[in-house]
Amino acid sequence: MNPMNRLELYTEMVRIRQYESRILQEYHADKSPAWDIGAGLIPGEMHLAAGQEPAAVGVCAHLKKGDGITAPHRPHHFALAHGVDMNAMTAEIYGRTTGLCKGKGGHMHLFDPENHFSCSGIIAQGYPVACGQALAMKRKGTDNVAIAVAGEGAANQGAFHESLNLAAVWNLPVVFIIEDNDWAISVPRSDSTATTSNADRAAGYGIPGVRVEDNDVEAVFEAAGAAIDRARSGEGPSLIEIHTLRLWGHFEGDAQAYRTDLETVDERDPIPRYAAMLLESGELTEDQVQEIAATADAEVDAAIQFALNSPIPAPEDALLHVFA
Amino acid sequence: MTATETPTRRITTAKAMAEAIGLEMRANPDVFVMGEDVGAYGGIFGSTTDLFGEFGADRVIDTPISETGFIGAGIGAAVEGLRPVVELMFVDFYGVCMDQISNHMAKIHYESGGAVKVPMVLMSATGAGYSDAAQHSQCLWGTFAHLPGMKVVVPSNPYDAKGLMASAIRDDNPVVYLFHKGAQGLVWMEKNPRSIGHVPEEAFTVPIGEAAIAREGSDVTIVTLSLSVQHSLDVAEQLEGEGISVEIVDLRSLVPLDRQTVLDSVAKTGKLLVVDEDYKSFGLTGEIAAIVAETDPTMLKKPVKRLAVPDVPIPYARSLEYGILPTRERIAEAVKDLMA
Ligand SMILES: Cc1ncc(C[n+]2csc(CCOP(=O)(O)OP(=O)(O)O)c2C)c(N)n1
Repeated sequence: MNPMNRLELYTEMVRIRQYESRILQEYHADKSPAWDIGAGLIPGEMHLAAGQEPAAVGVCAHLKKGDGITAPHRPHHFALAHGVDMNAMTAEIYGRTTGLCKGKGGHMHLFDPENHFSCSGIIAQGYPVACGQALAMKRKGTDNVAIAVAGEGAANQGAFHESLNLAAVWNLPVVFIIEDNDWAISVPRSDSTATTSNADRAAGYGIPGVRVEDNDVEAVFEAAGAAIDRARSGEGPSLIEIHTLRLWGHFEGDAQAYRTDLETVDERDPIPRYAAMLLESGELTEDQVQEIAATADAEVDAAIQFALNSPIPAPEDALLHVFA
Repeated sequence: MTATETPTRRITTAKAMAEAIGLEMRANPDVFVMGEDVGAYGGIFGSTTDLFGEFGADRVIDTPISETGFIGAGIGAAVEGLRPVVELMFVDFYGVCMDQISNHMAKIHYESGGAVKVPMVLMSATGAGYSDAAQHSQCLWGTFAHLPGMKVVVPSNPYDAKGLMASAIRDDNPVVYLFHKGAQGLVWMEKNPRSIGHVPEEAFTVPIGEAAIAREGSDVTIVTLSLSVQHSLDVAEQLEGEGISVEIVDLRSLVPLDRQTVLDSVAKTGKLLVVDEDYKSFGLTGEIAAIVAETDPTMLKKPVKRLAVPDVPIPYARSLEYGILPTRERIAEAVKDLMA
C-alpha cells in the first residue's frame, strides 16, 4: 500500500476515535452523581464504536458518491467514514432542530439521504434494506454499491440469512460486512454462534466470504477493495467478516462485569498499534501524530459547538412528519 | 414469613420479578428461563437478577439474537410440558418474531381444539421517557391484547410484579408479561419511589384478570396501567389538596380484562379519564370507553377523556418525547377539565 493511503487511513481512524472519545466525555458529563440514562444533553442509549475504526475506514475508503450504507445501532464510525456531515450528525445526537433528523431519530436512527446512509436499532434489519438499495442502484444502471453492516451477533438473525440469499439469487451489488467484536452485549460469540467464522456461511449462499483477522485496517482495505470492485462490475455480492474490538462497554453505563477479556483490551487498541507501525517505518512522524490529533480535535469541537448552539425542537413538532 | 423478614421489606419491581421466577424454579424443575443477556448479566432490565448464579446455564439460558428461533423454541418446550419464561428484551423487537407469538404461541390451543396447551410466559420491557427513541420506547400492549389467544399482564408496582409473575408461570396459557422500564426501580434510570415497595419474601400470587383500586376517590375515575398508575397516584395526591378526589383503577391485566371494576368505579364517579402510554387509536383507551358506552353511557356525567400517545412514533429529543407522553401535568390537566 502506498504511504499516502496509509496516512489517510490513519488520519480517518484518529478522526473517528476523537469523535467517539468526545461523545463519551460529553455523554457522561451531566449524568452524575445519580447516573441517569435519560438525563443530560445527550440522553438515551449510547453505543460507541471505539476500537472498530479499522472496519469502517478500510471499507469506506473505497466508496464514492452514490454508494450507500445501512449501519446498525453502533453507527458513528461508518457514518463519519462515509462522509455524513459531522455537524448535522452531532446535532442529531444532541436532539436539535439542525440535526440530520431534526431531533426525531437520535444516535441509533441517523438518516442521511444525500449519502444514502441510514442505521437501525433492530439487529440485522439493515441487511434487507441494503439489498433494496442495491436493487435500485442496479435498476438505475449505476455502478454504485450498497454496504450492509452488522455485528457478529446479527449473523444469527433470520434477516441476515434471508438477505444473503436474496442478494445472491438477484446478483445484487451489495457487500455484507460483519464486525465481529467477540461480544453481543454480554454474550460471547462462542455461546451464540455455531461456526467460528461467519465467512463460512457465505458458502451456503454461493457467494465469496472472507474473514479478516487482527483488526488490521490494511487487510480490511484489501478485502473490501476486492468485494466492492466485484459488486461494481456486476459480479454480485460478497461477505466480509472483520475480527475487531469493542474497546468500551456495549453501551455507556455497561459495567462489563461479564467481560473476561477486559485486561488485554487496551493493548489490542488498533490505533496506537497502527501509529507505532507507521512511525517505525518512517511513514508518519511524531509531529504529524500531534497535528492529525489536533485537526481532529478542532473539527469535533466545532461540531459539538454547532450542536450546542442549535435550537431544541418545539414539543409540538413531535406531531410532524408521520406522513409525507 | 421468615423470622428475619420485616413486614416492610422493600424491593424493586425488577427484583420482585426475578424473585418470583426463582421461587417458581425452585418449586418446579420444569420452569426455566431464556433470552438475550438473561444469564450473567441478569437481564438488561434486571428481570433475571441473580438467577444465573443459583440455577446455572442449563436453566437460565443466554440465547443468540434469534428471537424467532428462541421464542419458537419456548413454544415447543411448553407444548412438551416444560414451563419456559422467555424474555424478549424490548417489546419493540416483536417485529422480528411476531409470527411465533401470534400465529403459534397464541393460536395453538384454539387450533388444536383445546388438545394442546402452551404454558409459557413471554416477558418484555416496554415504555418511553429516557430518549431511547422510536425503536426502543413503545408499549404495544394493545397490539398483543388485540390478538386473541394470549393473556396479557402489565404490573405497575413490585408487589403485583411478583404476584402476577407467579400466576403467569403457573397458568396453562401463554401469558405476555409486559413490564415498564421506568417502573423497574433500576439504579440507572429516573424512577418514581413507587417502583420500590413492600413485597413478602414467600411465594404468593396476584390473580390474572383482576384490576385493583390503586386509590379510592369519588369525583373522577382514572383507568390506567403500568407506569401511568404511578404518575396518576402522584397526581391524585396533588389534586387532593385542591379538593378533587380521584379514584384510580390499575388494570393489571388487559387479557382477561376486569370490566366490572371499571364499570363500578365509573358508576360511582360518573367521570372517566383513561390514561395509556400506548398509541391512542384502535387501542386500550378506546376499548375502555367502549365498555362504558356499551353498558350504560348514562353513567357518564361528562364525555370520556382519553390521554395516550397521539399516534406518532416516539421521538428522540426530550422536548419532543415529553411533548407526546402522558405526563403528570397532562393527567392533572385532563382531570381538571373533567371537573370544570
Ligand atoms: C432484534 C433485536 N434483538 C435484540 C436487540 C438488543 N440488542 C441491541 S445490540 C445487541 C447486541 C448486538 O451484538 P452485535 O450484533 O454483535 O453488535 P455489537 O453490539 O457487538 O456491535 C442486542 C442483543 C435488538 N436491538 N434488536
